[in-house]
Amino acid sequence: MKTALIALLSGLLFGAGLALGGMTDPAKVASFLDVAGLWDPSLGFVMGSALLITFPVFWWVRRSQQPLFAERFQLPTKRDVDRPLLLGAVLFGIGWGIAGLCPGPAIANLASGSPQVLLFVVTMIAGMWLRDRTSGRSFK
Amino acid sequence: MNVLVDTDAWLRAAGGGLLIGSAAGLMIIFNGRIAGVSGVLGGLVLDRNSGERRWRTMFLGGMVIGAAALTAFATSLPVPQLQTGWLGMAAAGLIVGYGTRMGSGCTSGHGVCGIARLSTRSILATITFMAFGVITVYLIRHLLGGSA
Repeated sequence: MKTALIALLSGLLFGAGLALGGMTDPAKVASFLDVAGLWDPSLGFVMGSALLITFPVFWWVRRSQQPLFAERFQLPTKRDVDRPLLLGAVLFGIGWGIAGLCPGPAIANLASGSPQVLLFVVTMIAGMWLRDRTSGRSFK
Repeated sequence: MNVLVDTDAWLRAAGGGLLIGSAAGLMIIFNGRIAGVSGVLGGLVLDRNSGERRWRTMFLGGMVIGAAALTAFATSLPVPQLQTGWLGMAAAGLIVGYGTRMGSGCTSGHGVCGIARLSTRSILATITFMAFGVITVYLIRHLLGGSA
């Protein structure tokens, strides 16, 4: 129960932060990525100030035995830089450039009631499913 | 290079980043979880581990409510403008979903959490998706002459 409330609080802050920061506006994202046009660096400040918080937080995590409400930290265990990591990032970057939406802002933007954003989220889930099907991960 | 100077937007962006960083901080400090949106969503809809459903649903639902609440109060914020039509949205969603599942994360998991963990994989993933986002917008706006 406690962990679900933390997840809710975290989600509320996350969604509010995306909207306040401008990440939910695809036009803003496109202007951030358009370095050859009139470049709008705003969204760099979103990631920069988020990192101001997460850097010390993860420094604490590295020195801690366990989280406050759970038994253990569940962190990624892969270390090697492999083809799926880089190819996946390439594909994600292309999609991000086309629509100006990444997964977080797409979810947060469901609040706007835009049917196009809903379509994006539906096909995004389909894409995740397709990846699992084609890589044999579907029945884990 | 022409840079758009909009200090109000920069302040809002920095404020939004502090909220996002705090959200990610809460998740790892209390729940021991990475607040990576593609991972949380993929786990909810694709991994058959029902004990995990509740917190994932709460997190994603919270995101929608949080964004809606902020937009309702901050009425002076720019209204989001889509960059492509139905077909573009469908195609982009598909490759964003496929790519983030394949590459184990998106802007939040790799960018906000992974970089702070000093993960080489996340740092390289972030550089890669940023670079290809830039290339894609360049192709659409400056070579193909589209309005993306």
